[in-house]
Amino acid sequence: MERFTVYSGIVAPMDRANVDTDMIIPKQFLKSVKRTGFGPQLFDQLRYLDEGQPGMDNDLRPVNTDFVLNQSRYQNAGILLTRENFGCGSSREHAPWALLDYGFRVILSSGFADIFYNNCFKNGILPITLSPKIIEKLFVEVESTEGFGLEINLRNQNVTWPSGETIDFEIDGFYKNCLLNGLDEIGMTLEKSDRIHEYEKQRQKICPWLFEDLEE
Amino acid sequence: MAGKTLYDKLYQCHVVEERGDGTNLIYIDRHLLHEVTSPQAFEGLHLAKRNLWRTGTNFGVPDHNVPTLHIERMAGIEGIVDPFSKLQVETLSRNCSAHGIDHFGMLDDRQGIVHVVGPEQGLIQPGMTVVCGDSHTSTLGALGALAQGIGTSEVEHVLATQCLLQKKADNMLIQIDGELQDTVTAKDIILFVIGKIGTAGGTGYTIEFGGTTIQDLSVEGRMTVCNMAIEAGARAGLIAVDQKTIDFLKGRPFAPTGKFRHLAEEYWRSLVSDHDAVFDKIVRVDASQIEPQVTWGTSPEMVTGITGCVPVQETTSGQALVLACDYMGLRQGQPVTEIMLDRVFIGSCTNARIEDLRRAAALVKGKKIAASIKQALVVPGSGLVRDLAESEGLDDIFLQAGFEWRQPGCSMCLAMNGDKLGEKEHCASTSNRNFEGRQGFGGRTHLVSPAMAAAAAIVGHFVDIRNWS
Ligand code: SF4
Repeated sequence: MERFTVYSGIVAPMDRANVDTDMIIPKQFLKSVKRTGFGPQLFDQLRYLDEGQPGMDNDLRPVNTDFVLNQSRYQNAGILLTRENFGCGSSREHAPWALLDYGFRVILSSGFADIFYNNCFKNGILPITLSPKIIEKLFVEVESTEGFGLEINLRNQNVTWPSGETIDFEIDGFYKNCLLNGLDEIGMTLEKSDRIHEYEKQRQKICPWLFEDLEE
Repeated sequence: MAGKTLYDKLYQCHVVEERGDGTNLIYIDRHLLHEVTSPQAFEGLHLAKRNLWRTGTNFGVPDHNVPTLHIERMAGIEGIVDPFSKLQVETLSRNCSAHGIDHFGMLDDRQGIVHVVGPEQGLIQPGMTVVCGDSHTSTLGALGALAQGIGTSEVEHVLATQCLLQKKADNMLIQIDGELQDTVTAKDIILFVIGKIGTAGGTGYTIEFGGTTIQDLSVEGRMTVCNMAIEAGARAGLIAVDQKTIDFLKGRPFAPTGKFRHLAEEYWRSLVSDHDAVFDKIVRVDASQIEPQVTWGTSPEMVTGITGCVPVQETTSGQALVLACDYMGLRQGQPVTEIMLDRVFIGSCTNARIEDLRRAAALVKGKKIAASIKQALVVPGSGLVRDLAESEGLDDIFLQAGFEWRQPGCSMCLAMNGDKLGEKEHCASTSNRNFEGRQGFGGRTHLVSPAMAAAAAIVGHFVDIRNWS
């Protein structure tokens, strides 16, 4: 996983609450058995006026020019500004895969759904929760200032505005560490193999029926 | 010292190691796999040259992509027309075989929706930690198991280590007491609760559902309630173990037998919240106030009783209401009984167990679906549900009324196979998500109970089934 330390980018505003993972990446694109290549289908239902299917040439499709990511001023945006309960619904990790593949490294919202939030960290995306008041202020700024960008510093846990003003954000220590160092969580857990075996032995004494497959 | 909640108990006895930063290493007892969220996890495992930690905890079944038409199904994987769907189902089968993981293939009579098959087979037992790369794993909390949906990276983590890194959630109790009105069911309870607390209301919590109304529900009904805990924002829903739970497990193929049966039952009985347990949040619901529910919008929280209407501006935040009405083709203040339907779907891991099909069949018996209904589907949750329903003659009741009787799978719940809505079509659906495009591009979903969906098929629009004759 790619490390995350400091990131600067243009902000794209998606002024909508309860954006679900079906909306982030519609189900017809979940049929891939790969982790990459989902970017062109990010928000497919909103980006295009027709129904997208795997293998279609997106250049030939009717574009929804009203949709924020289709507006020229938000091309190359790397930070997505959204509203509460972003990423609700299905647990599909294809949602962060699609966001990352498209080019988003940071998502700003007043609240995220649990599974999606968790999935972001496994893929080098930083979801930042800010107060509804700050989110509101950001929407106003982004709309009124073309090319509005932010700098995100994970180590210092702050967001710097073009004016130089900074705002702190909260993040769990474990998640922060994983992102900063691009850690392999599975490798880390496997270092605890002895501890896991020990747990299994202890637990087996209390609930032997759960470990019948290990008896022989 | 205050007592413990059921969630506290389940969480604590699965902590392998406390890390000191709030994140703990948690042991997983059961891992369910389906074809959509597992291929990339196996690929990651292979690329890193890692092995399965413990084969016997894993179990796989294809459900999302499988065709539900008998003719397409008879040929097994080879018969799947869509090449992408076929590849996924094949990949699951190949990965399970390669690692020696138990799985039911498409031609297996026991195949079905993973969350229906798990409990049916006794694979899910009280006290277990259960995960699956699917958010509706929350269903399984109805059996007193800590069951959660996970992402694909976590699927890989569980395959390789049998563990997950996780923070403990907060405790929420939704206390539901009182007697339900006639024809009001588990589905109406959970839709009502979501309407009350909102789709983010349970974020960061594990929700325990308690109270006399929950105690009175069958285990199947409890699964319907926990199924949609995720729609209330909670990763896990839980219901305390009681005699019904224990009876439910009896005789199921993967449930403990012989020398362990008694020991297990004794342990299971301890899986309840202590009477002095402290919850971070408590929500109380009077069950007698719940009407049959209908969602009108594009989020499960956009719901009302059958005598209700689409709200007008001041009752829902303006922008969301306008967007939803626009997408759904409804106007503010419109009574939900005026919503004309094009299709009806009875199925999904929320409502495709035998009890659901019986309830729907009871309303349909001897009647015909309305001429305006283009299609009415009944898709049993598993092959065993289908067989039981057929032995009771439910298939005939549905067929004679003009419904289609299909083979088990997720089907029109998310429309990854051929079963889907056309643009702008309204559907009465017993599934769990009414998101834009969920059941097909431009499709308009209304979430209801099986009985409400069945009645809507007969009449062509939603009706108050409390007055059904
Ligand atoms: S029936 Fe629907 S909600 Fe349930 S597992 Fe299948 S797709 Fe998901």
